[in-house]
Amino acid sequence: MDEQELRDVIAEVKAGRLSRRGFVQMMVGLGLTAPLAAQMLASAGVAQAQTKLAYKPTKRGGGGALKVLWWQGSTLLNPHFAVGTKDQDGSRIFYEPLASWDPDGNLVPVLAAEIPSVQNGGLAKDGKSVTWKLKKGVQWHDGKPFTADDVVFNWEFAADPATASVTSGTYKDVKAQKIDSHTIKVSFAKPTPFWADPFVGVRGMIIPKHLFEAFKGGKSREAPANLKPVGTGPYKFVDFKPGDMVKAEINPNYHVANRPFFDTLEMKGGGDAISAARAVIQTGEFDYAWNMQVEDEILKRLEQGGKGRADILLGGNIEHIQLNNTDPWTEVDGERSSIKTKHPLLTDPAVRQALNLLVDRASVQENIYGRTGIATANFLNAPPRFVSKNTKWELNIDKANQILEAAGWKKGADGIRAKDGKKLKLVYQTSINSPRQKNQAIVKQAAAKAGIDMELKSVTASVYFSSDVANPDTYTKFYTDIQMYTTTMTQPDPELFMNQFTSWEVASKDNKWQGRNITRWKNEEYDKLFRAAESEMDPVKRAALFIKMNDLVIQHVVVIPVVARPRVSAVFNKLHAPPSPWDSDFWNLSHWYREA
Amino acid sequence: MSKYLVRRLLISIPALLGISLVLFTVLALAPGDPFEELATNPNVPAEVRANLRTQFGLDDPIAVRYVRWVAAMAKGDWGFSFTSRVDVSTLIMQRLPTTLFVLGTAQLLGLLVALPVGIYSAVRPYSIFDQIATTFAFIGFSLPTFFTGLLFILLFSIYLDWLPFIYRADISATGWRWMWEMARQAIMPIAVLGLFQGASMTRFVRSAVLEVVQLDYVNTARSKGLSERVTILKHVVRNALIPVVTLVALQIPGIFTGAVITEQIFRVPGIGSLLISAILSNDTPVIMSITFVFSALVVFFNLIADVVYGWLDPRISLR
Repeated sequence: MDEQELRDVIAEVKAGRLSRRGFVQMMVGLGLTAPLAAQMLASAGVAQAQTKLAYKPTKRGGGGALKVLWWQGSTLLNPHFAVGTKDQDGSRIFYEPLASWDPDGNLVPVLAAEIPSVQNGGLAKDGKSVTWKLKKGVQWHDGKPFTADDVVFNWEFAADPATASVTSGTYKDVKAQKIDSHTIKVSFAKPTPFWADPFVGVRGMIIPKHLFEAFKGGKSREAPANLKPVGTGPYKFVDFKPGDMVKAEINPNYHVANRPFFDTLEMKGGGDAISAARAVIQTGEFDYAWNMQVEDEILKRLEQGGKGRADILLGGNIEHIQLNNTDPWTEVDGERSSIKTKHPLLTDPAVRQALNLLVDRASVQENIYGRTGIATANFLNAPPRFVSKNTKWELNIDKANQILEAAGWKKGADGIRAKDGKKLKLVYQTSINSPRQKNQAIVKQAAAKAGIDMELKSVTASVYFSSDVANPDTYTKFYTDIQMYTTTMTQPDPELFMNQFTSWEVASKDNKWQGRNITRWKNEEYDKLFRAAESEMDPVKRAALFIKMNDLVIQHVVVIPVVARPRVSAVFNKLHAPPSPWDSDFWNLSHWYREA
Repeated sequence: MSKYLVRRLLISIPALLGISLVLFTVLALAPGDPFEELATNPNVPAEVRANLRTQFGLDDPIAVRYVRWVAAMAKGDWGFSFTSRVDVSTLIMQRLPTTLFVLGTAQLLGLLVALPVGIYSAVRPYSIFDQIATTFAFIGFSLPTFFTGLLFILLFSIYLDWLPFIYRADISATGWRWMWEMARQAIMPIAVLGLFQGASMTRFVRSAVLEVVQLDYVNTARSKGLSERVTILKHVVRNALIPVVTLVALQIPGIFTGAVITEQIFRVPGIGSLLISAILSNDTPVIMSITFVFSALVVFFNLIADVVYGWLDPRISLR
C-alpha cells in the first residue's frame, strides 16, 4: 500500500464508509502498530474515538477486596526508578500519567483534560511542541492540589542525570514548561512524530513536587515517599514490603465519579507463574495474575471447569531467529562477530532464503506455544490473519533444497552441503527455556533435511540476557551463527523498535555491545528510510516508511520471525479488567470491577 | 570458662573475615549485574546504567569494594538493596518475624514428633511400632520438601479446597478471625518443614537413646525397682539428649535464614524468599548480608553448642 492508497483509505474513514476499527485493523495487517494507526487518523483530521470504558457500578466503593498476584513482587514504588513492569505496575496503583494507551492504541486522558491534537491546538503543526491541558480539581492523596508545577517538576526530576532515573531517556531531550496553573508545554529539539511519550503511559506517571522537591539528583534514594507513595490514583497507600506485598485502600476523593469499585487492594508478589495461574484460574483464591509465562497446555487444563480464564492480548513482542552477518569464529581486534568481517556462509542470500523456508512456524505454534505464540511472517507486530502479501512464510524443504542446489551448495557423503570447501554447519544459540529448546529441535530437524547441519547451544537466561562485557555468551555479542529470542516492543510506536536494524546501532566492542543492531546488518536503503521516518511529520508517509522497513528486513532475511508473543494474564471470571498491550496492566485500574 | 569464650570469639573474627572475603569475591565474579533489566530495555539509555553503576560504586575494583563493605559492616551499616533501594536491615527486619514464626514452629513440631516417637522406638526396638515409625521416618526424609509441598497443595488446596496456598504476612483481620486465618495458611508450610525435620530427628533420637538404654546403669536403675517411666525419662533420656541438643542448636541459624524452597512454593515472605530473589536479580548487598549473617550465626551457635555440651556433661571440660 503506498501513500496515495493510504490517503484514500483515510478519506473513507472520514466519510464514514470505513470504521475506525476497520482502518486500524487494516494498518495492523500492514505491519503497523495500532497506536500508530490511531495517531495517523488523529493527525489526518479524523476525530479521536472516545474510548468507551465499560463500567457498571453506580457508586464508589463497596466492592470489597481486590487481590492480585504478581509472581515477581514490586521492589520499589517510584515510577522513575521502576526497573521492570513489576515496579511500574506497583507504582501505577498510586500514580497516574497524563494519558494512557488503550488496547486499540488510542490515548485515553487520565490527568489530562483532553488529548492534544492539531485540531484543538494542542499539537504544533511542525511537530516541535505539544501543549497539554491538565484536569482541574485533582488532588494528591494528602489533599494538596495537582497542578502544572508537579508535571514540570517530573521532567526536572527525571532529566537530571544525577537522579539516574530509568525514565531519563524519555525526558532528557525534551523541555517542559508551565503555561498556566493547568497547562504545560513540552518542546522537542526536532520534529517529533511520536510526541506522546513524555508524561504518557508507564514512563509518564507523575510524582508530587511537594514531596520529592528536596530529593532531586543524588539524594533521590533518600526520599521517604519512595516507599510511601502519595499519588493521584484510585487507591491510597497503606503498606509496602518490597518483593512481597503492596497494600492500598480506596481513595475517597478520586477524580473520576463513582470510581474506584474496590475498597482495598492487595498486590502479592513472589512464587512462580504456574502456581499463580492456579490460584486465579483454578481455585479463585486471587482475582488477577500478571504475565502468565505458562505453557498453553497447562492454561487450558486449568481453565476447564475453573473459576477464571487466561486473557491473551497480542502486542508487538516477537520471538525471532537472527542470522549473523559477521563472522563469529574469527577474532578481529579482540572481538568476534566484528563488523569488519563477513559471515562465510550466511552472506550468501541463497542460504538465508533456504533457512527462511525451513522454519516450521505452524508446528511451533501448534506444538509449543498454542495461544501464546502466533506464527507470523512479519517482524513488526502483525497478527497472522493480516499478514501482507510480500511477507508470506512457508515451510518448503524441497524449495530450500532447490535454492541451495542452484547456488552451488552440493551435498557431501555425510549429507551436509558444502561449497568451496565450506560446510553448511551452523551453531544455533538461545536461552535455556523449554519451549525454546523444543523450537530449536524443530528447526534443526528441518535443516538437516535440506543438508544444513545445526549444532544447538543453549545458555542460562541470566547469562544470555546479561550485559556482562566479559562474558562471551551474551545475546548482544552474538558469537554464534544464528540465535533466537524474543525482542519486546515496549512502546506503542515502531521507531525505537525498528532502530535495531540501523547501521549506527551495530553492537561492537567500542560500544560495549550496547548497540541495538545485533545482527550487524547494514543497508543504506534501510538507514535512509529510518532517517526519513524519524522526522516525517505526515503520519501517512511515516506509516508507509515503516511498512517498507519491515518488508526490507523480511526480504533480506535479516531475521526470521517465528511467533508473535502476546501478553497473557489470568483473570477471575467475574472480574472486569481490560488489558492493554501498550501500557501497564493497571492502565485502567480505576475502572476495574467485579460482577455480583 | 570466660577465657575460653574470649579465645573462641577472637578466633571467630578471622574465620568470619575469611568467609566474607570468599562470599564477596564469588559474588563479584559471578556473571550478571543488578541492572540487567535496564540493559535489555531499549527505552533506557546506556548512560543511565553507567550512572547507576557509578552511583552504587559498582565500577570500583573488587578489593576497594570489599574494604568499603567491611568498613561499613563494622559500623553496623548493611548497605542498601540495589533493586528496591531500601536499607538491607529494613528488608531483613520486615521478613524476620515471618521466617522465625514459620521455621520456629516447624522446628518445634519436628521436636514434638521426634522426641516421643524416637524414644518409644528405641525403648522397644524392632517392635511393630518401631517398624512403622522407621518406615515413615525414611519416607519423610527421603521426600524433598518441594515435593511434599506441591503434594500438600494439590491435595488440600486444589482437590479438597480446604486451605489457601498463598501465604500472606499481614492478614487484615483481628482477634480470633486473624488466628484462624493465620493457622489455615501456616499449617501447610509448617507441616511440610516440621515433618521433614521430625523424620530425620526421629532417627537421631532413636539411635541416641538406643545407645544409652543398653548401658549397665540403666539395668541398675531398673533392678533397684524404679518404674520404667522414671528410668527412661530421668536416667536414659537425659543422657541421650546431649547429641540431640547439639543438633538442635546447630539448626537454629537455619531458622533465621529461612527455607528457600518451601518459602518459594508457599510464597512465604521470609528471609529465604528474599535471598532467592536477591540472587536472581544480582542484588549483592542483600545476598552478602543474609549469607554473612547466616555464617555469623553458624559460628556463634557452634560456640553455644560447645558451651552447652560442657554444661550437660561435666566430664567435658572447656579450656
